[in-house]
Amino acid sequence: MNRRRFILRSVAAAGALGIGWTVLPPRSRLGDADDLHEEPGERALNGWVKIGTDNHVTVVMAKSEMGQGIHTALAMLLADELDADWSQVRIEMSPINTIYANVATVIESLPFHPDDHGLVQRTAVWLTAKTMRETGLMMTGGSSSIKDLWLPMRQAGASARAMLIGAAADAWKVPVSGITVSGGVVRDASGKQATFGELIAAASTRPLMRNAVLKAPSQFTIIGKPIPRLESVAKQKGSATFGIDVVLPDMLYASVVMCPTLGGTVRSFDGATASGMPGVRHVLAVGACNGTTSGVAVIADAPYQAMTAVKAVNVEWDAGAMAGVSSAAVMDQLSKTLDSQQGFAYFNRGDTTVVAASAKQISAEFRAPYLAHTTMEPISCTVQFKDGRGTVWASTQVPDVARHVAAKALGISRDKVDVHVQFLGGGFGRRLDVDFIGQAAAIARVANGAPVQTIWSREEDVRHDFYRPACVSRFTADLDAAGNLVAWRNTSASQAIVNAVFRRYFDLPGLPIDKTASEGAFDQPYEYPAARIAHQAVELPIPVGFWRSVGHSHQAFFVESFMDEVAMAAGKDTVLFRLDLLKNHARHARVLRRVAELAGWSTPLQAAVDGARVGRGVALHESFGAVVAQVVEVAVDKGDAIRVTRVVCVIDCGLPVNPNLIRQQVEGGIIFALSAALHGEITIENGQVRQSNFHDVQALRINETPLIEVDIIPSVEHPEGVGEPPVPPLAPALANAIFAATGQRLRSLPLRLVTKSVTS
Amino acid sequence: MTALSINGRTIEVHSAPDTPLLWLLRGELKMTGTKFGCGIAVCGACTVHLDGKPIRACVTPVSAIGAKAVTTIEGASGVEHAALATAWAEADVVQCGYCQTGQLMSAAALLRTTPAPTDHDIDVAMAGNICRCGTYPRIRAAIHAAAQLLNAAPLERP
Repeated sequence: MNRRRFILRSVAAAGALGIGWTVLPPRSRLGDADDLHEEPGERALNGWVKIGTDNHVTVVMAKSEMGQGIHTALAMLLADELDADWSQVRIEMSPINTIYANVATVIESLPFHPDDHGLVQRTAVWLTAKTMRETGLMMTGGSSSIKDLWLPMRQAGASARAMLIGAAADAWKVPVSGITVSGGVVRDASGKQATFGELIAAASTRPLMRNAVLKAPSQFTIIGKPIPRLESVAKQKGSATFGIDVVLPDMLYASVVMCPTLGGTVRSFDGATASGMPGVRHVLAVGACNGTTSGVAVIADAPYQAMTAVKAVNVEWDAGAMAGVSSAAVMDQLSKTLDSQQGFAYFNRGDTTVVAASAKQISAEFRAPYLAHTTMEPISCTVQFKDGRGTVWASTQVPDVARHVAAKALGISRDKVDVHVQFLGGGFGRRLDVDFIGQAAAIARVANGAPVQTIWSREEDVRHDFYRPACVSRFTADLDAAGNLVAWRNTSASQAIVNAVFRRYFDLPGLPIDKTASEGAFDQPYEYPAARIAHQAVELPIPVGFWRSVGHSHQAFFVESFMDEVAMAAGKDTVLFRLDLLKNHARHARVLRRVAELAGWSTPLQAAVDGARVGRGVALHESFGAVVAQVVEVAVDKGDAIRVTRVVCVIDCGLPVNPNLIRQQVEGGIIFALSAALHGEITIENGQVRQSNFHDVQALRINETPLIEVDIIPSVEHPEGVGEPPVPPLAPALANAIFAATGQRLRSLPLRLVTKSVTS
Repeated sequence: MTALSINGRTIEVHSAPDTPLLWLLRGELKMTGTKFGCGIAVCGACTVHLDGKPIRACVTPVSAIGAKAVTTIEGASGVEHAALATAWAEADVVQCGYCQTGQLMSAAALLRTTPAPTDHDIDVAMAGNICRCGTYPRIRAAIHAAAQLLNAAPLERP
């Protein structure tokens, strides 16, 4: 065969394979029972469920529990299709396997408008689903867990149920058609019955059931119920193990101090004093790990010994390239960028370059600061490096990546590293980063086989976070003579997160387009006659990361504040003005109408007893597949103190899997967003973060908490995100309420009234 | 070596006298129900009782404890705590749960001195405990519910 013919044939064969692979549906995520570790008396039926002879049902959990209630909700999906006894359900964290890889988040990161269901979009989704099934990573984030596992968890439950039925049918010599299952008991019409535990041995020898029929929503017995969180009592008692609570025999503790200047390094250090302090085993420099800043660490017998000794290490820092960076200058730079740059247009419709002579034009610029995550559980990670193997115990949202970076730091291959995911004391996106895992591995590497728990102080957490990017956004809108919106132009500028994260994870450059930068601006449902919505990515050295609701967290503030300004310029009610732009978006219009109705939008607010100025504001926002509208009521006293008195929230998140957990997330999301809207701001001077702990990174407290009313739209549509969607609309609804109360239009976060300022 | 009364037991401890109670509990005694949150007494995650009064263990050195009785979440008992545990579960307060042991210790101390707290009493007693998940509305509801439980069925105070 000549070379040319060989190449042609190879290409043809590869092409046929490629085409064959492309048209086949994504490979099943049922997985293999053999991949699971079985306890004595326990058998796995697929990659998601094990059943014990004592009737317990162990649901294998691929997602991290960080307060969002996902262990409970996912177990409900499987248990419902299995017809299990809910009181017998237990949770066990999954091993690392591609059947657990997050497909939904990667699909959602494709830069398509939610209304786009064209061929390109469908093809891209199809190929992404297939590729991620083979090569994806486990990840909890992007409000994706239910969306991602809605079918796999149910299919696993239904498959296991069918195998139990098959075992019963064989044993009883009856057809499977007459067999029913409920509450963990299998029965036939003649009255024979057996528990799951009695059938599991026989069921586990049957071939994997691949085509079990799923229930219709009307048949659900567990899904849709407001079931309490499974781990609540353990958390109340203090017996639940968070990452920082891991206790191992002969465990040592490490404390770190990183260069106060972001990205700085250790020029030299003198650890003599620290080395002589009680309990101290090792004093070492720690290099930059997966995006964090270099520093020094002390390993000691007890945590307080390590914390005290690390402060005694004399370090000469090299401030490095960021010594001159300030957040105030960054804000100006972002704004100036918009003078000259058009940005990448994520959404284009009609011609926005033509301005009718009769048009009324409104323009505004908005700003949002850097924000820290400040999870209640400070950053920590425990690593043991012994006999050439690594073991990691951590609060992480990305166990695959954790394994990858720990292996790299320990100089071993990934298959020699085990990762044990613990309860996360809050995530909010902070634990999508793995800097502290690489760092803890680098520290544990010197500990001669002992497990080492590295704990950051709160100060290190605040000063070495990956911050929600600062962003500046400009708008110009045109109204016709009748006050109809005819053109909408919006360009924002900020750092792009995904590229930075890819670099930190794998030293890989990211993609040229980062949807998270423009999400919340380009992907909203409003039917603009003409619009151009763009974002300009700006390269800056400040570490940025995913923060609950990501781009939506600030873009919603910009869009929904400006929408209010435009509506008022048109002389229209702000709810009706929005509804006029949602004529073909019944789902969004319904949510907006509902919140207006529940909040009593059309009736005037009662005056405050103390004479404070009162106001009400509204915002509507779609994110992570859910549509949320909020009405905020505010009272502003004579000293210009802002008091949020009531928040009414309506959410349409598709089929509500667990209304109790959804309500928790909505209440919590509103409070999280209110914290940021009123207090949240990280400022940087000379490359150093000015804030350090909860005294100057203020979190909302119980005395500032408003009355919160939550309404969930009934639905049998595919379930959508819940953890993040309640966050974005709060800040604009609050800013709009402040305008209604005071006449001051606040265009920068956090929201602070300028006393005696001229109203805009 | 110091002898301390922790959860009704006398325990010999070896940590240096300047060690904060928090790190004695978590480090030497491996009692991890009391949480580290800020280290400067502004978040309340480390709240324990000293002779029944709520204190922040992160700023209380071992040397300051003396003969006073330390109660942590692991040893929390009594009618207030039982009522709170029931009310907390009933309201399903918990989200990530990290701050909740501190919240419960503050709430128990409140109910001991104020059996029927007003919203204002709750604000004052609980404002020192931060929850980043935002469980505050349910904490408030659960404290009111626990107070009702206590007042509806008065039990013998231990």
